[in-house]
Amino acid sequence: MKLLTHNMLRSHVSGVTRGFPLIIRADEVKLNSVDFNREFVARMIPKLEWEALVQSAESVSITYLGHGSDLPRELASGYENDEEFLKKVHHVLLEVEVMEGALQCPESGTEFPINRGIPNMLINEEES
Amino acid sequence: MCLQDMKLKELEGCLQQVDVFESPKLLLEQYPTRPHIAACMLYTIHNTFGDIEDKVIADLGCGCGVLSIGAAMLGAGFCIGFDIDEDALDTFRTNSEEFELSNIDLVQCDICSMAPTNLEKSVDTVIMNPPFGTKHNKGMDMKFLKTALQMARTSVYSLHKTSTREHVQKKAADWKVKMEVIAELRYDLPATYKFHKKKSVDIEVDFIRFSFD
Repeated sequence: MKLLTHNMLRSHVSGVTRGFPLIIRADEVKLNSVDFNREFVARMIPKLEWEALVQSAESVSITYLGHGSDLPRELASGYENDEEFLKKVHHVLLEVEVMEGALQCPESGTEFPINRGIPNMLINEEES
Repeated sequence: MCLQDMKLKELEGCLQQVDVFESPKLLLEQYPTRPHIAACMLYTIHNTFGDIEDKVIADLGCGCGVLSIGAAMLGAGFCIGFDIDEDALDTFRTNSEEFELSNIDLVQCDICSMAPTNLEKSVDTVIMNPPFGTKHNKGMDMKFLKTALQMARTSVYSLHKTSTREHVQKKAADWKVKMEVIAELRYDLPATYKFHKKKSVDIEVDFIRFSFD
């Protein structure tokens, strides 16, 4: 699961109102090399839940870097011309991949396992 | 050669290398989208409508991923495949690794039980070949379509049986979306399951674009 995907996923456990952002528990993180597509990243940024992205980058960075990520808490104006910044966002969105771990619903606490890079969002009826 | 300028034949050739279901499951109506049909769909979406290059694309009921893989080859910014079946997603993963496509992600979920607000307007384009909703899955295709229309910001491309066109048109009108039948295809449904007596059956299928403009 890449962090771009995480930025879209919500918990749909019944009774949950927002179910976002899902809390990431990253046990194993893999880094992939993905071609940098400047236009794509610049166009994506305004559509992201920025705060959730910064948060997810932090929680994953601790697993693979041992410290937090260096994304700014707030978007600076003119970011679309800041190549270095766009590359950083590209890396966080597409190159970091959570291979093993879990996503936890922030409201109900329900866990969704991530195995071999695929989050399993199916709700186990017996548990809910 | 730039992949985005790939010819239809070349795309179809590549998609023939995509592995398909090892043991298809009847309840999930699992049969692969034929490479020829997938290539025609993707080629049209890319060349006529410009809805692939640099876009975020969702593939609902992605199965082994032929549509997502094709979209990624044509320059999609990012593709996400959604499917309920773990085995299909495993094959999809192997396929995307073999094609060395790194801007694809997979999510295991049940499209039919997703809340209406989940993933709302989170992707540009949805490209899908939903279950046709026959046999045990009546109405499944329309559930997929409803979810797809909630997720997409720009357009949804889907396949539906030509015999249900009036019903699809009525629903599209109810949901206030524009619907355009781009092509009528003959879908060669291979005899995947035991109850299929003939070797393969041709069914007529509409390739439809739904949009909000």
